[in-house]
Amino acid sequence: MWRVGTVVALHDETATARTITLEVPDWPDHVAGQHVDVRLTASDGYSAVRSYSIASAPNSERRVELTVERLTNGEVSPYLTQQVAVGDRLELRGPIGRWFVWRTQQTEPIQLVAGGSGLVPLMAMIRSRAAAGSTAPFRLLYSVREPGAAFYRGELQALSDLDPSVTLTYAYTRAAPKDWPRPPGRIDATLIAHRTWPSNLVPTCYVCGPTSFVESVSSLLTASGNDPDKIRTERFGPTGERQ
Amino acid sequence: MSSHTDDYLDGNAAAGELSSIFAMDVTAAEGQCAHCGATKRFAEAHLYMQGPGLVARCAVCEHVLLRLVNARQRVFLDMRGMTRLILDTSQLQESSR
Repeated sequence: MWRVGTVVALHDETATARTITLEVPDWPDHVAGQHVDVRLTASDGYSAVRSYSIASAPNSERRVELTVERLTNGEVSPYLTQQVAVGDRLELRGPIGRWFVWRTQQTEPIQLVAGGSGLVPLMAMIRSRAAAGSTAPFRLLYSVREPGAAFYRGELQALSDLDPSVTLTYAYTRAAPKDWPRPPGRIDATLIAHRTWPSNLVPTCYVCGPTSFVESVSSLLTASGNDPDKIRTERFGPTGERQ
Repeated sequence: MSSHTDDYLDGNAAAGELSSIFAMDVTAAEGQCAHCGATKRFAEAHLYMQGPGLVARCAVCEHVLLRLVNARQRVFLDMRGMTRLILDTSQLQESSR
């Protein structure tokens, strides 16, 4: 079932990523981690559908925020990040998915691992936790190319400052800030060992990012003693343009 | 045998398309592979979208679980690679989620 949402706000997160806030009158509310399909239809009838994770926590205003990263050869993301204007209407299908979700009644330790724009559904979980007043301990390990590519930095810092049970670790892959303790590089076993929950606390892990990232992080989490059944994953890539 | 290429996504990416067919969410459903017998959440299946339709493969043995093609107002759904699909009906009782 397709719904129509109206763009009510636009906010640039980075040079290539934009958050689109939609108001959807018949929105049935969502659970953190879910996504929507967005359908664009050209005047000749050609249409393209892409999946985007919901960034916002469930709310009573029937608002849905999507953060979309522009892909160089993308068919849909350049439009969503450069041309969409406040007042435009977009077709949506969703909310979709009941597996890669965090529910506010979960109390166990939560390990979030994001690669690039894979942070989006995990941010919905962090926002949902804050909105619900949950005390579930959260750790986020966020792998990002360089400091300027990080999403929601100020908000994440503020949430973490306010509540010590939310801890953040940035892992830069190409360029790190000056004096950063770790040279740029991918997430490795050492980082997993030092910056994620010990496996004996039996955290539920949510891993989202490009396919190669998800495969590598899931293997590292499993190797460090986490039960594969406690690792939930969501992959995106050029084929689905999921961001 | 698991694939080392990264040209696949996962069952989550097929959920929108499948929501037009199934009344219940399929990502949390458990599907049993007809080839190796592994039972996994559909969200964990490897999803290939490069062809004219969707192909979901078993995350354990890479055999085809499901094919879906949309053409000329028809949906062709081939699920012979799945012995069974177990859907959680409790979601139907939840308010609107």
